Amino acid sequence: MDTKDILDIIERNGKNHAGLIAILEEVQEECSYLPEEILRLVAKETGRSLADIYGVATFYKAFSLKPKGRHCVSACLGTACHVRGAQKIVEEFSQELGIKPGETTPDNEITLETVNCLGACALGPIVVSDGHYFANVTARKVGEILRDTREGTFGSDGAPEEHPFLIEVSCPRCGRSLMDSGTSLHGHPSILVTASMNGKTGWSRIPSLYGRFARTHEHAFPDNTIIQLSCPHCASSFQDGSRCVECGAPLATMRLADGNGVFRICTRTGCEGHLLDLGRAEL
Amino acid sequence: MINLTINGLAVSVEKGSTVLEAAQFLGFPIPTLCHHEGLTPYGACRLCVVEIGEGPGARLVSSCTYPAEEGLKVRTASERVVRARKMIIELLLASCPQSKVIQDLASAHGVRTQRFRQEYEDCILCGLCVRMCSEQMMAGAIGFRGRGTERSIGTPFDVQSDVCRFCGGCMHICPACQLRCTYNQPEKAICNACANLAPPCIEKEQYGDMMCYMNPCVACEIK
Repeated sequence: MDTKDILDIIERNGKNHAGLIAILEEVQEECSYLPEEILRLVAKETGRSLADIYGVATFYKAFSLKPKGRHCVSACLGTACHVRGAQKIVEEFSQELGIKPGETTPDNEITLETVNCLGACALGPIVVSDGHYFANVTARKVGEILRDTREGTFGSDGAPEEHPFLIEVSCPRCGRSLMDSGTSLHGHPSILVTASMNGKTGWSRIPSLYGRFARTHEHAFPDNTIIQLSCPHCASSFQDGSRCVECGAPLATMRLADGNGVFRICTRTGCEGHLLDLGRAEL
Repeated sequence: MINLTINGLAVSVEKGSTVLEAAQFLGFPIPTLCHHEGLTPYGACRLCVVEIGEGPGARLVSSCTYPAEEGLKVRTASERVVRARKMIIELLLASCPQSKVIQDLASAHGVRTQRFRQEYEDCILCGLCVRMCSEQMMAGAIGFRGRGTERSIGTPFDVQSDVCRFCGGCMHICPACQLRCTYNQPEKAICNACANLAPPCIEKEQYGDMMCYMNPCVACEIK
């Protein structure tokens, strides 16, 4: 990360009072911690004193002034977890890793942290490893969690690992492609269909990244209503009588472009029901 | 002008003044530690508590941060206020028993017992030095760091600040400072302000570049 990136971040978030936390968050995201020289640069660029910025950076637990390891293991020490022996689990982690909570192993692999509550007290004691939650942890499970963490089973960026899966669909009736490379959603061509409800008809876009269903519509449809999805080329409806397993609303069915399966999506706005049925050429 | 009642006396003060300013202007004494003319109100020490309102709706507020309101009824020395104030002084005394300023306050308010464990902290986190540094000296060399029990005042990264001009303002204004002089450990000094002032203890070798603000120094016991 060089000076220009930092200047970009500062420019983007504005130099006023309110932008500071956003700036520090972005820096932390990039560098995984807040290096001293970057804090000095932020102070210079925003025109605030370094003491102010240091105060904010040390106030919030989300910010770290020390480099963090590739993996992050946090053990909950909230009241509910505590009474179920979370302290023992933290001690076990400390012993296994040879570090105290808040420290990072010398090989820069694992950072051990304690948190005060994860809001899932019924499942306690809880340990989070790279965004993956372990419920009812016992000291015996510690070794297993650490082994899986080291192997990178849970990803290393704190979020569960994602396998982007792109789908390409066409109309089951006329066979023409529904992909619109002109407008991309999440960085990939979107699926363009016609959506209508109560006589209002307009386009609707679905991301082609399987599992992402933030649809955008030409018209604002109210939440929790069923809309008709149809082909923009031949105007035939995609509803084929199958029902969403989540909410029971009709599913819209599209054929995968390679002809080797179907992709179904719930027609109820707000519902994220969808399924991919591979190996089914006919409808 | 805003009309309010302080201790039963109807008074009018200028718009924008705080209850503390109004009371002090009229001669009602309200003790404070973290308030200073020329610095923004901060409301850290809570010593300036007053009771506002009447009956069951009455409540304690810090007068240094409470703006004077039309029709406000203020009591600066009700039983509740005095009780709260004595408790605050006792707690402050427990954290900094060596501070002359706090000892004097305790004596003046009849705090004769000490029920809490004495901590011998050298800071009550009143923020006077921080505000002094940034608002009057335009330096911003020191600030609050951390939070909760870890909260402290000092320079970023615990290294000597490059914007500090050694003016000594932070030490001058500190109510708990007597022991902040770090005599023979200059690297621990908050800003080395004392190095800039006329040193009475300069003859001593290990204090060569240091001195404490007090004259004579009460901390290092060198006369």
